[in-house]
Amino acid sequence: MNVVDLALVSATLTASAPVVFAALGGLLCQTAGVFNMALEGQLLWGAFSGVLFSHLTGSAWLGVVGAVVTTAVYALALSVPAVAFRADPVVVAVGVNLLALGLTAFLMRVLLGAGGVYTSPDLPGLPTFAKLGLDVPVLGPQSPLVPLAPLLVAVTAWWLARTRSGLRLRGVGGHPEAALSLGLGADRYRHVAVLGAGALCGLGGAQLALGNVTLFSEGMSAGRGWVAVVAVMLGGAWPWPVLAACLLFGAAEAFGFRLQGLGLPQQAADAAPYVITLLALVVAAATRGRRRLLEAS
Amino acid sequence: MNLTTRTAPLLAPVAALALTTLVMLATGVDPFLAYPALVRGAVGEGNLEYTVAAYVPVLGMALAFAIPLRTGELNLGGDGQLALGGVAAAAAALLVPLPPVLAVVFPLVVAALAGGLLAWVAAPLRARLGIPVIVTTLLLSPPGVALASYLARFPLAERGTGLAQTPVLPDASHLPALGESGYLTPALPVVALLTALWLYADAGTALGYEIRATGANREFARYGGVGVARLGAVTLATGGAVAGLVGGLVVLGPPYRFVDGALVAPGYTFTAIAAVLLATGRPVLVPFTSALLTVLQAGGQGMEREAGVPSQLTQIVQGLIIVIVAVLALARRRTAKKRPGGVTP
Repeated sequence: MNVVDLALVSATLTASAPVVFAALGGLLCQTAGVFNMALEGQLLWGAFSGVLFSHLTGSAWLGVVGAVVTTAVYALALSVPAVAFRADPVVVAVGVNLLALGLTAFLMRVLLGAGGVYTSPDLPGLPTFAKLGLDVPVLGPQSPLVPLAPLLVAVTAWWLARTRSGLRLRGVGGHPEAALSLGLGADRYRHVAVLGAGALCGLGGAQLALGNVTLFSEGMSAGRGWVAVVAVMLGGAWPWPVLAACLLFGAAEAFGFRLQGLGLPQQAADAAPYVITLLALVVAAATRGRRRLLEAS
Repeated sequence: MNLTTRTAPLLAPVAALALTTLVMLATGVDPFLAYPALVRGAVGEGNLEYTVAAYVPVLGMALAFAIPLRTGELNLGGDGQLALGGVAAAAAALLVPLPPVLAVVFPLVVAALAGGLLAWVAAPLRARLGIPVIVTTLLLSPPGVALASYLARFPLAERGTGLAQTPVLPDASHLPALGESGYLTPALPVVALLTALWLYADAGTALGYEIRATGANREFARYGGVGVARLGAVTLATGGAVAGLVGGLVVLGPPYRFVDGALVAPGYTFTAIAAVLLATGRPVLVPFTSALLTVLQAGGQGMEREAGVPSQLTQIVQGLIIVIVAVLALARRRTAKKRPGGVTP
């Protein structure tokens, strides 16, 4: 029984890691005053580029580097229209997400020669702690990116609270005029936040496609980017509460997986993360009152 | 309105196609092979009827997105509303045998109710709890699709085949064919009529004025006595009902059954969203932009068959169109600010 519980904890960490990376990116953008709804598409691009570069270079770690770099570049598709041109970030995000869906499916067929799902015994995946010869409890079957996710949350919390640049980022989002009077170019901070979110989504996507599994399938982000958007709202765009929200969804997904093994239809497991996300949002909004939720969004 | 905004519906597709051509060249796909195949795939011999048939769901889903958009709300849950409408129509036709005509009308009404109900949920959550409609509709969509899928696989499944589909609906529930292949059904005139009704309501009625006022400035509309919350509920439910109806119309057409995934897989919802955004706030353009993107989408499948170029290329074009339109639509606000007086037209 003890082992089963630990396995569930482990599964929760696996399921939440990509969401944590994406939500951290969303949090940075929110703090800088940009509503980033393009996390879903960037997570998908991160997953695809991770697999592509792992396939091309023969190294999963170079796959991660490729995912981080190219997803940050892909984030230009949001940052240039939304920050430089002041276009509606929500509408741009709808386009950016759709573009990622099309690009990944198209390039997968053209460059990897596979439709639907790409997997190969030659595709290197990320090593687990167990494979690296490290005996860590719970984290044994995880890739090193999994503990990196909460670590980055801690770094972000410290950075936003304790450092000059972190405080300035908050100022740019919270009080743009005050930031301007200090001589801070708000746009520069916003560009950096959106590109940073891209890099984080690259990490999340790489963990999804090279850590959780070793394959790429069309649309494999499967709503995790949207869950991340809601996690940022739920957590009031502050690192630790956002992490807690992500873990809640991870637990729900892991639990749904287990119930599926016990005979629950797959459709119920598919719907569960969305339903739980929405319920959590409703409960949070009802208890906190609409003002605070709207402030956070 | 300046030149960029006025020409955006033409400029954006051209720019998007140019960028897509770059993607093709970078990945070694021959555009001179792909584009002619795309055109033949859409309007070539034998293909035109399918393209016209595909126009029905695209235009219908465009209404489902555009109606709430006029109050400023984004309904991104079209897939769930569409699938739920489709399976509801199939269930109604299979479980309640009715005489001709009624056997078509009743399932369609049930389909509209199912889609409308799913979309309506977002309205009170927005009005009472401040949860953005875009988030609610999006989160409710996959559960809607999953529920439809579950119903088609288990309680309503065709026994003995193992396929994820319902049995063929009773003959009385089949939409009559207007052409030779059966793919042209009265669904086309129905959706065209709905579009005409919407265009009239939007431009020529008090309700349409209230909706536009809410979309332009929510607080001002509230101050002017518009029931903003009620209007949000009405437009969302109407949009969802149209999406559900579209699902019903597709299911009552060939192959006259609900096939799991068949409504969602072609991506009508986001094709329609791209079409509506491309119309840049001018409803009259929606039928034309929908037609343009339908041709592109239907042609994409032909291109894949004929030239082996993946049809996902059309999704790339649609995504780019949305981003480019978002940038071009802003040019208006910028120039308006610079103009003396600063009045936006």
